[in-house]
Amino acid sequence: MSRRLFLPLVAVAAILFAVAPVFIAWAPYESTMGLVQKIFYFHVPSWIVMFLSAFVCGVASVVFLFKGRAQADRVAVAAAELVVVFGFIGLMTGPLWARKAWGVWWQWDARLTMALVMWMIFIAYLLLREYGGPGSEKLAAGVALFGMANVPFVYWSVNVWRTIHPTTTVVPTLVPGMRSAFWWCAVAFLLLYTAVLMARVRLETQRGELDRLYRELDD
Amino acid sequence: MSSAGPSAATLDAVAVDFDQLKFSEVSRYFGRRRALARVTFACCAGEVVALLGPNGAGKSTVLGLAATILQPSDGTIRYGGYVAAEAGAPLRSRIGMLAHELQLYPELTARENLEFFAALSGLDETRARAAAALNRAGLGDRADDLVGGFSRGMRQRVALERALLHDPRLLLLDEPFTGLDERSSAALAERLSGLRARDRIILLTTHDFEAAEAIVDRAVVLRGGRIAAMATSGDSLRERYLASLRDEVEGAR
Amino acid sequence: MRRFVRVAWLIMRKDLTVEARSRELLFTTLFFAMSIVLVFAFGFVRDGRPVENAAAGILWIAIAFAGTLALGRTFERERYHDVLHALLLAPVDRPAIYVGKLLGILALLATVEAIVVPLIALMFQAPLFRHPVLAVALLALGTTGFAAVGTLFAAMLVRARSRDVLLPVLLYPITIPVIIAGVRGTAALLQPDADLAMARMWIGMLGFFDVVFLTLSLWTFEPVMTE
Repeated sequence: MSRRLFLPLVAVAAILFAVAPVFIAWAPYESTMGLVQKIFYFHVPSWIVMFLSAFVCGVASVVFLFKGRAQADRVAVAAAELVVVFGFIGLMTGPLWARKAWGVWWQWDARLTMALVMWMIFIAYLLLREYGGPGSEKLAAGVALFGMANVPFVYWSVNVWRTIHPTTTVVPTLVPGMRSAFWWCAVAFLLLYTAVLMARVRLETQRGELDRLYRELDD
Repeated sequence: MSSAGPSAATLDAVAVDFDQLKFSEVSRYFGRRRALARVTFACCAGEVVALLGPNGAGKSTVLGLAATILQPSDGTIRYGGYVAAEAGAPLRSRIGMLAHELQLYPELTARENLEFFAALSGLDETRARAAAALNRAGLGDRADDLVGGFSRGMRQRVALERALLHDPRLLLLDEPFTGLDERSSAALAERLSGLRARDRIILLTTHDFEAAEAIVDRAVVLRGGRIAAMATSGDSLRERYLASLRDEVEGAR
Repeated sequence: MRRFVRVAWLIMRKDLTVEARSRELLFTTLFFAMSIVLVFAFGFVRDGRPVENAAAGILWIAIAFAGTLALGRTFERERYHDVLHALLLAPVDRPAIYVGKLLGILALLATVEAIVVPLIALMFQAPLFRHPVLAVALLALGTTGFAAVGTLFAAMLVRARSRDVLLPVLLYPITIPVIIAGVRGTAALLQPDADLAMARMWIGMLGFFDVVFLTLSLWTFEPVMTE
């Protein structure tokens, strides 16, 4: 993750976000829901990024747990924080959409509940790191690993219930006009995610450097 | 005093053994706080080494590292040619520890504690060994009393026997003379002397210089997580220790 | 392998011996489970009749809460006088320690459930034992899944600060599939026209969950316990 990539990433992401409203406005209206459906262009990419980040955190945690590389731990904590942030965006945009489109703020359906559970697992991860005292990084890595392993189970068990959520096949069935707007926003979110992740990991790396310098001060 | 009973039959036929414990540039830290900084020393078979230092100097950390309970943040700890992470359980079967907390189950009797740990170490005839150990500790008549009801001195005697049940090569003792009366101190010193005669490596921490004096071959002084030089002036261990602390402070200026 | 089993058995036996002497965990966990049932009953029983499916939900909530309490306490015993470090120092396969503690907690929870489950069936007029084999399978696999994750988390929190509050915080989100499967499976069995296929499906999922998380726990126990 080169530092030189950071500014270009931020710049491109900013441009994409600046232009996004244009694409979104151009995109055709969805037949049943009208204007409110356009939240979808930010809502779904948020969730995509959240799950991607959860995966990154899980993998980094495994590396940290079994190989002990400090950098892996830094990526893990950065990714976990971003899970919470992007999950929060998804959880905010979802009910706004649902209230207008279906009349309810919340539905206990498969995908929503699973997303909520994953979000909470990573909040628990952060709580452990914050309040667990020294050495809790390794313990948190174990929690992240268990959280990752849980994804299929949570999805499957919650899925057996009735769902009023739009089915997963919504993307391929998008009208071409909608598809381009969607992918535009998805890419924008991905770039934003990568940029913020890099920044956060860099912050942790510098903290580690600072700690090392403090330690060597005694010499 | 020789150890009575048959020699420890650990599970691995190819037993791990070593004749030296060596710390090389070992550091242990959490974030900014460094508990140990580049500690280097060695203990050989047939030696009793004392680890001295003020409270918070890192003595217990050194013992924890030597016991493979803690892992070093930096540097290596070698047991002869072995390293803890690679050697695993067979290495641990050669290490015995008497910790400050004594690590006994208060809800079990002295006999049950010893039998449990003997069985965990893979020893056979746990009943006989436990009984013999309790007799050595002078607690034969209290064998079936719950450890929770023992005084600290009595618990320490049981814990010491537990640490020696599997005939370890390396014996680590965290402040073993604390809370012992004269007679028990002397008995402990005699016991350690016997172990030394059998080429065991003994590393202990203590604040009781007088009791340690009788038995200690060499002393290593820790201060603020680093090794301070051991002064040679002065007669008694206490005087030499205090002198080395003074020198360290003066040297730092 | 034989040694692994022996070590696990030794540790389980030690736990059961300690427990048999004081019976502290048994009584407090049992009483706590009953209190939970009572507290939730006040929320879900109206006009002398329980709300539909209340029994299934309350049963599994009671298991989860009581289980968390027992887990915390059983590892508190290992923390007292630092005995856990003596176990870690012993020349044993460390995952065997995990298995031993797990078996101990399962024995305790099985005993508690043997009393609480019939009591719930009684208090809520819920025919939990119409299909005894399925009901027991559901309880056994569900409790095992919960305890498997709980034992690992409780062990790793022994050296952490705020461990009392962190155990439930960490454990409940991760064991949500177990609770869902337990509740839905029990509810399926309690229906007037019991949905056996559904119950079997949930039992299958629980079995799979148990295998995956037991394996993960055995795999991560050593790295997570070494400081």
